Amino acid sequence: MTEMTLLTKPAHELAALLRAGEITSEELTRVHLEQIEALNPTLNAFLAVDAVGALAAARDIDARRAAGEELGPLAGIPIAVKDNFCTRDLPTTCGSRMLEGWLPPYDATVITRLREAGLVILGKTNMDEFAMGSSTETSAFGPTRNPWDTDRIPGGSGGGSSAAVAGFLAPLAVGSDTGGSIRQPGAVTGTVGVKPTYGGVSRYGVVAMASSLDQPGPVARTVLDAALLHEVIGGHDPRDSTSIPGSPTGLAEAARMRDVRGMRVGVVKELGGEGYDADVEAAFLGAVELLKEAGADVIEVSCPHFTYALSAYYLIHPAEVSSNLARFDAMRYGLRLGDDGTNGAEAVTSITRGEGFGREVKRRIIIGTHALSSGYHDQYYGSAQKVRTLVARDFDAAFELCDVLVSPTTPTVAFRLGERMDDPLAMYKADLCTIPSNLAGNASASFPVGTSEEGLPIGLQVMAPPLADDRLYRVGGWLEAVLEEKWGGPLLQQMTPLPETKAVFA
Amino acid sequence: MALTADDVARLAGLARLHLTEAECAALAPELDIILSSVDQVSAVAGEDIPMMTHALPMTNVMRDDVVTPSLTSEQALSGAPATEDGRFRVPQILSEEA
Repeated sequence: MTEMTLLTKPAHELAALLRAGEITSEELTRVHLEQIEALNPTLNAFLAVDAVGALAAARDIDARRAAGEELGPLAGIPIAVKDNFCTRDLPTTCGSRMLEGWLPPYDATVITRLREAGLVILGKTNMDEFAMGSSTETSAFGPTRNPWDTDRIPGGSGGGSSAAVAGFLAPLAVGSDTGGSIRQPGAVTGTVGVKPTYGGVSRYGVVAMASSLDQPGPVARTVLDAALLHEVIGGHDPRDSTSIPGSPTGLAEAARMRDVRGMRVGVVKELGGEGYDADVEAAFLGAVELLKEAGADVIEVSCPHFTYALSAYYLIHPAEVSSNLARFDAMRYGLRLGDDGTNGAEAVTSITRGEGFGREVKRRIIIGTHALSSGYHDQYYGSAQKVRTLVARDFDAAFELCDVLVSPTTPTVAFRLGERMDDPLAMYKADLCTIPSNLAGNASASFPVGTSEEGLPIGLQVMAPPLADDRLYRVGGWLEAVLEEKWGGPLLQQMTPLPETKAVFA
Repeated sequence: MALTADDVARLAGLARLHLTEAECAALAPELDIILSSVDQVSAVAGEDIPMMTHALPMTNVMRDDVVTPSLTSEQALSGAPATEDGRFRVPQILSEEA
C-alpha cells in the first residue's frame, strides 16, 4: 500500500485502515490535498480548499483516536462539500457572483453532523449557479470538467462534487438534488449519487432553491460508502420544518446484502425510447437482464404522467426559485452594486440582481415570476401542481405492484462542454428521468452500470417509495457486486488516468 | 399568446431584476419556447385534480416559546455590504416620486 493507492480506496476501507492504526487521518488528508493541487487546475472541481482547517481537523481526530476515544464509522475521512451548504469557515458562493466571498455566520445541519462524526472537510465544490443547470456550466467561476474526458461536462448542478469523487480528489462528497443534481452527475461520472426521501436529510443551512424539491444527499464511489454517509447526515432536524421524524437505519446493511431475489422491479415504460442514446438503453437493458437472472421479478409498468413531469417541473421549480431568490436583495449580505447615493433601495436591489445573477438564473426567475403572476397563476403554476399530483399517483400505483422502479438515470452520456448552452430545452432534457422522484418526494439513486462504446459512463436509476431508501442500497449493492466481478474491478478503473493524477489502483 | 420584450421588462420589474433592453429582447423568444412546451400541463390538469404543493403531507411544526441561542448582532452583520452603528446601512427606502 502506498500513498497513491490510498486515493483510490473506498471510504469504508480507509476507515478500517484508520481504525487499525495503519494510517493517520493527517496523512490521508495530506495525500488528498496534494491530489487536489495536482488536478484542480484541470478539473476546477473545487472553488475553495481549506488545507489549514482540514489538517487541523484531521490531527484532532488522530489525537482523539490515540487517546482511546470511540469514533464514528467515517471519522477521519476527508470529504468535499457542494458550495450551497453554509460552512462557517469557508466561502459559500452557490456558484454565483451574488455570494462571491460570502462567509456564512453558521453551519448547515449537514455540516454540523459531518464535523461531529469526525469527517474532514477539504473544501467547497463547484456547481451550476444557485443549482440551476445540468452541466455545471452556469457557474460564475468557470465550468468543471469530467475526469473521464475533460472536454465534457461532469453533469450538474453538482458537477464539482461528482468530478472530485470520480477524479479521486475526495473519497466522499455531499450534494443536493432538486431535479437530478446528484444523480445525473453520478451517472455521467461513473459514481454513486443518492437523493434521499424528501425530508430525510435536513435542508437547514442549504441555500434554498426550490424548497419542495431540494434534498441533500451523499456522493461516493461505492454503494456502501454512500450508505454510511447517508446514515451520518440523515435524520430529523428540528430546525427544518419539512424534516421527517426518525433517522435512516439499515442502509449499510442493505448495501451489504447482495441479494435481490424476490424483489419486484418495475421498468418504467415512459423513461426510454426516442431521445435516449442507444448505448444508454443497451446498458440499462443489460442490467434488467441481470436482475431477472438474479431472481428479481421484473415487470413493465406504465407511468403515463411522467411525460408531463419535465414541463411541470420547469414551472414549479422556477416559481419556487423566483420566490426563494428574492432574499438576494443587496441589503443584508452578498453583492451590492449601484449604491452611489443617488439610487434608492429598490434600484440598488434591481441593479445588483441584474449584474449579480447569470443568464440561466435570470431566465428562471422571469419564468417563475410569470408562472405566479396574476392572470397566469392558475394556468401555469396551478396546473403544474396538479400534474405533480398525477405523477405522485402514478408512483403510488406502480409501487402497489413493485418494490422499486428502474430506468436509465439520464438519456445520454456526458455531452461536450458548450454543446447545449444555447438550447435550454435540450439542456433540461437531461433531467427527464430524475425529475419525477423530486416531484413525488420519494427516494432515488444512480448507480454505475457500464460505459458507452466511446468509453463514457452510464448510470442506472433506482426509485423507491418514500422512506424505503434501504431498497435503493439493496439493489445498488447487489448491482455493484455483480458488475465489478464481470469487470474485474470498479468502473472507475476503466477511466484513463489524467496525466497529473497521483492516484493509482493497488 | 407570445411573450414580448415588454412583457419580459414588466416581469423583470416585478422581480426587482434589472434587465437591459437587449436582454429583454433576447429572453422573450427563449422564454416563449420554454413556456409553449410547458403549456401542455394545462391539457392534463383537470378541474377535479387537487394541487400538490409538497411531497409529503405537511403539518405545522411548533416549538416551545423559549429563547434559544441564535446569531449575535456581530454575526448577523458580518456579511453586510454596509453597516453603521451596529445596524445594516441601506440606501434610501422611500424614493421621492419623480
